[in-house]
Amino acid sequence: MNQPRGNDHAALTASRPGAGHPALATESLTRHFGGLTAVNQVSIQCHSGQIHAVIGPNGAGKSTLINLLSGELVPSSGKVLLDGEDVTAQDPAQRSQRGLGRSYQKTNIFAPLSVFENCRLAAQSRAGSSMRFFRPATSNREINQRALAALVATGLEAASECIVATLSHGAQRQVEIAMTLATAPKVLLLDEPLAGMGAEESAQVVALLNRLRGNHAILLIEHDMDAVFALADRLTVMVNGNVLESGAPDAIRASPAVQAAYLGVDEITHG
Amino acid sequence: MSPRPPNRHRLAHWIPVLVVIGLTLLPWITDKFYVQFVAKMMIMGIFAMSLDLLLGHAGLVSFGHAAFYGIGAYALALMTPAYQAANFWLSLAAAIGLSGLAALIIGFFVVRTHGIYFIMVTLAFAQMLFFVFHDTRIAGGTDGIFIDIRPDASLSGWVPFDLENFVHVYFVALACFALVYVLLRVLLRSPFGHVISGIRVNEPRMRSLGYRTFGYKLVCFSIGGAIAGIAGYLSALQFGVVNPEFLGWHLSAAVMMMVILGGMGTVAGPILGASVWMVLELGLQDLPTVAGVDLGKHWQLWMGSFIVLASLWLPNGLLGLLSTWRAAFGARTSQTGGQVLRPDGSTVPADYPGASTGASIASVTPLASVEARQAGNE
Ligand SMILES: Nc1ncnc2c1ncn2[C@@H]1O[C@H](COP(=O)(O)OP(=O)(O)OP(=O)(O)O)[C@@H](O)[C@H]1O
Ligand SMILES: [Mg+2]
Repeated sequence: MNQPRGNDHAALTASRPGAGHPALATESLTRHFGGLTAVNQVSIQCHSGQIHAVIGPNGAGKSTLINLLSGELVPSSGKVLLDGEDVTAQDPAQRSQRGLGRSYQKTNIFAPLSVFENCRLAAQSRAGSSMRFFRPATSNREINQRALAALVATGLEAASECIVATLSHGAQRQVEIAMTLATAPKVLLLDEPLAGMGAEESAQVVALLNRLRGNHAILLIEHDMDAVFALADRLTVMVNGNVLESGAPDAIRASPAVQAAYLGVDEITHG
Repeated sequence: MSPRPPNRHRLAHWIPVLVVIGLTLLPWITDKFYVQFVAKMMIMGIFAMSLDLLLGHAGLVSFGHAAFYGIGAYALALMTPAYQAANFWLSLAAAIGLSGLAALIIGFFVVRTHGIYFIMVTLAFAQMLFFVFHDTRIAGGTDGIFIDIRPDASLSGWVPFDLENFVHVYFVALACFALVYVLLRVLLRSPFGHVISGIRVNEPRMRSLGYRTFGYKLVCFSIGGAIAGIAGYLSALQFGVVNPEFLGWHLSAAVMMMVILGGMGTVAGPILGASVWMVLELGLQDLPTVAGVDLGKHWQLWMGSFIVLASLWLPNGLLGLLSTWRAAFGARTSQTGGQVLRPDGSTVPADYPGASTGASIASVTPLASVEARQAGNE
């Protein structure tokens, strides 16, 4: 068992001035798909050092929200703010360069490449322009170390040379997270990171998120309620594109409206 | 490390060197016909490599690549004054510059499109250029232009080679061929090369990792165009004639088939594809008349059949076939039977789920491989 040591992922973390603004915030974010309003007037905040979990039934608009935050979808109205600055007009690459990292609900990685190369490419994106044509890509020690740190943090370093397509589904989910970490994000948007993982892998990721929370702002979408209540500092419940309720986990757990709309009573009491 | 699985055999490292030695000796062991034939083969090899940079490495299925080949060729033709020689160095630089610039301009529009639209738009641009040269008199119209006097390579009085001599033309082609090969090898290993591979595999993910992919694709398209321009230039130089066919879609299609035949996404594959293509073309045209049917006259029929069979049976091209054979004879391969080979020669199960369940496997140099790689690249 390779438990990552504390200093291994120090390289993953960019220092962040405490500017007073939330690391990530939205103002009345709305997105229509034809007649459907997938995300309706959502205003949420995510502070560094906190895990903000967003839960809700299937089709609630959680993934759409993440796509709006990352820039892959353009909002119909509303704003996205990073460190207090309006980034609504920026594309995904620009937002990524500003410190936003995301993972996908449906695994979205480089299947024919090795685990290491997946993370190395992610890390290379932080090393300035890649319009460099002569020295070998793999000769950059700093990039290699950053990629390796992400592999160690996710417990993948032994599979480093494996081709991603040959890995189990659970391991591919870990690669998904490792790649996101290798870009040294300040804000992490994680779309159901535990989906498809075994119990042991899940526990590893929960432990990882607990370590990362110290110096990241994390927006976590997750259906696994045990994990959500174990991790979240703040909880937002979405239903049909709307924010039903937002607050401390205990308050949400006790909310009758939330219980009626989404949470099974069993799940809450076991949480 | 290349983005593809390591698939190296010690002998394989020496093949390019042996090929260059063989090519260098060729003019002493054969006659003019074959020297010119092999020069043309190398020129098509350059052209095919340039297309494969787009097709196999960046995933840009350009169906108008002959446009840049044609521009390189016309650059020489138009820079050659009547009854005088052009300056070799200047005209070569102009050919590279103009075809690269044309690719930059065309790429600015086409690189935004994807899939079938990309294919269509690259074809449309190439056809536009074709008709500019075909329908106007700026460059001889359908007849094209003859280059009666070969370019002059003298450098302030010193004449390094004489391009009226076919052997010298051969060596210029060989030098360009070797240079382009090395250049592409280096380029594909560079940060830029890894980025274009990433774009081929999963462009949206590259964007969300922070890469603005448009610029990388555009630069790649321009480099591909500029290298195709070298091939076109050399072709005009060798045969002393340029006509609109140099820009035509027939040639775009032929070079694409050479790349696919040889093996996309490799550097050597397109060279192999171009060579086999040209040998077949030559051989099939020489077929005898059997029972009153001139088989050689219908060579395109046999070539077509060969391409169809090759695409059915060789999904990874001729080079893919060679590596399959090599694997079968026990050479090191990266993936065999659900096992994944690691650089230290050990294998791990392909479905190895990470460190969580694999303490025993984790002990097989998990970090050493990375450190060794770093050390090796210092
Ligand atoms: N690109 C799209 N075009 C049209 N409708 C879409 C699109 N993306 C999402 N939707 C719709 O928007 C709604 C919200 O979808 P979304 O994927 O955000 O839900 P979710 O909360 O992530 O659900 P799940 O828990 O199943 O992942 C759904 O009704 C979905 O069908
Ligand atoms: Mg979702």
